[in-house]
Amino acid sequence: MLEVFIFATLNGLVTGLLLFMLASGLTLIFSMMGVLNFAHASFYMLGAYFAFSISQYIGFWAGLIFAPLIVGVLGALVERYGLRRVHKSGHVAELVFTFGLAFLIEEIIQFVWGRDTKNYQYPDLLDFPLFTLFGQEFSAYRGFMIAISIGIFICLYRVLTKSRIGIIIQAAITHPNTVANLGHNVPLVFMGVFGVGTALAGLAGVIAGPVLTTFPGMAAVLGSIVFVIVVIGGLGSLAGAFIASLLIGLLQSYAIASDVGMADFLNLIGVSFERSHPLNDLWTLTLPQVAPILPYLLLVLVLVFRPTGLLGKREE
Amino acid sequence: MLEVKDLHAYYGKSHILQGVDFNIREGEIVSLLGRNGVGRSTTVKTIMGEVEPQGSIKFKGNEIAGKTSFEIAHMGLGYVPENRDIFPTLTVRQNLILGMKSTKTQGRWTIEEMFSMFPNLGRRADVDGGVLSGGEQQMLCMCRTLMGDPDMIMIDEPTEGLAPIIVEQVADLLQEIAKRGVAILLVEQKLSIALKISHRLYVMGHGKIVYEGTPDSLMQADDVRTEWLEV
Repeated sequence: MLEVFIFATLNGLVTGLLLFMLASGLTLIFSMMGVLNFAHASFYMLGAYFAFSISQYIGFWAGLIFAPLIVGVLGALVERYGLRRVHKSGHVAELVFTFGLAFLIEEIIQFVWGRDTKNYQYPDLLDFPLFTLFGQEFSAYRGFMIAISIGIFICLYRVLTKSRIGIIIQAAITHPNTVANLGHNVPLVFMGVFGVGTALAGLAGVIAGPVLTTFPGMAAVLGSIVFVIVVIGGLGSLAGAFIASLLIGLLQSYAIASDVGMADFLNLIGVSFERSHPLNDLWTLTLPQVAPILPYLLLVLVLVFRPTGLLGKREE
Repeated sequence: MLEVKDLHAYYGKSHILQGVDFNIREGEIVSLLGRNGVGRSTTVKTIMGEVEPQGSIKFKGNEIAGKTSFEIAHMGLGYVPENRDIFPTLTVRQNLILGMKSTKTQGRWTIEEMFSMFPNLGRRADVDGGVLSGGEQQMLCMCRTLMGDPDMIMIDEPTEGLAPIIVEQVADLLQEIAKRGVAILLVEQKLSIALKISHRLYVMGHGKIVYEGTPDSLMQADDVRTEWLEV
C-alpha cells in the first residue's frame, strides 16, 4: 500500500509539474492580454517535434536547449505580427486567431512530420533506475523531469519577484499605461512574456515527448487539462496555477493507482446489485476508469463554489 | 522646454481640446488652472501620448505629437497621474525601482536621497505601496517619476484629498525639484499652492487657454478669477 502511495505521489508530481510548465505561460499571457491562448498547447507540441528532429542530428541535449528557444522566438513573432494586430479588433478576434493558429500548427506538423508517432527517445545517460523501492523502479528520466520543472519554477518565481524586469512585468499586468509613462516599452514586455510563455510550453514538450509519446494529437491531450488548471487556479494567478497543477497531477495519479470502485462504496453502505441489473456498468465503475474526468469534475465544483478559482481575484 | 501649439483632442465625437497654446521654459514652474471638465487633465494626457493629439507639441525642440508614451518618457518628460497609480502589491522600494529607466546610468535622484527627503517612505521601504496613506502615496508617486531623471514633469492635481500639512510638503518638494533644473507643469484646481510656487500661470476654459499671467497679475484680475476659477 505504501509503495503504491509513494509511486503515485511521484508520478503525480511529474504530471503536475509538467502541467505547471504549460499553465504558467498560459496564465501569464492571460494576465497581460486578457485573452486565453488556445494555441498554447500547440507550442508544447512544436517543442516536442523540434526536439525530436534536433535529437536525430545532434542529440537530445541540443534539442533540450534549442527547441524551446526556437518555439519562444516563434511565439514572440506570433505576438508581434499576429496577436498585436488582431488585438485592435477585440477579444473575440483574438480568440478566433489563437483557435485558428492551433489548427494551423497541427496541420503543419502533420504536413512536415507525418501522422505517425515519432520515435523520440530520452538519452541513454538517463536510461537507468534512479532508485528502487519495494522492488519497483523509478526512472532517472522522471527524476530529471521533476528537477527541470522545479528549477524552472524557482527561476520563474525569482525573476518575477526579485528582478527589475519581474517588477516591470508585474506592474504592466495591472497598470500598462502607467508603466509606459515611466518609460518602459510595454508592447516589448508583452512580446517577451509571450515568447517566454511559449518557450516554457516548448520545454514541457521537449521533456514530455519521450514519455507521453510524440504524435500530432499530443496538444489535444494536454490542451484542455491546462485550461482547466488555469481556471481552477484562478485566471491570471501563477501561484494558483501551481497549486492547481499539482492538485490535478496528484488527483489523477492517485485515482489511477487506486483499485476502489463504486461497488466497494455500495458494499460499505450495505447495498448490492445483481449482475443482470440494467445499470450494472454504472455500479461496477472503478476510480481508475473515471480518473480522466476528475479534473473536469473538480472544475465544475470550483466554478460552483468559488467562481474566481482558488487564488483568483474578482474583477473590480 | 515644452511648446504646445493649436492642440486639439477628441473623446469619441466630443471635441475636448479646442486649440490649446502654451509653453514652459527650463526650470520653470507653470500652473495650468481651471474648473473641473475644462480639459486640464486631457491636455497632459494628450501631451503624454495617452490621447491622440492633433496639433504641435515640441519638447526640447523635437516634435512629440504622435509618439508613444514610453518614447516620450524616454525623451525626458515625466508624468504623475491624478489617480497616483501606485502599484499596491509592490513595495515602496520596488515602486521606486520601477521608475528608473535604466540601472546603468545615475540620474539626479537616488532612492536613498528620496528616503532622506521623506523619512516616512524610508521607514516603510519594504511595505506594500497599497497600505500607504494618501499623502505618502502622492509622495511615492512623485518620487517614482523623478527616479526616471526627467527634465520636465507634469503633475496632475497632486494635492487633491490631502491634509493641509501634506500640501505644504508637496509644495516644498515641487520647489526642490525646480531648484534642480527640472521644469514643472502643475495641473491644479486649488489656487493657493499654484499662486505660492508658480512662476507663471495659464487658466483654461472650454478646452482653450483663456488667460496667461503671473501669480501677481492673476490676483489682480478679479474678473478672470470670477469667470473661470471660482465656484
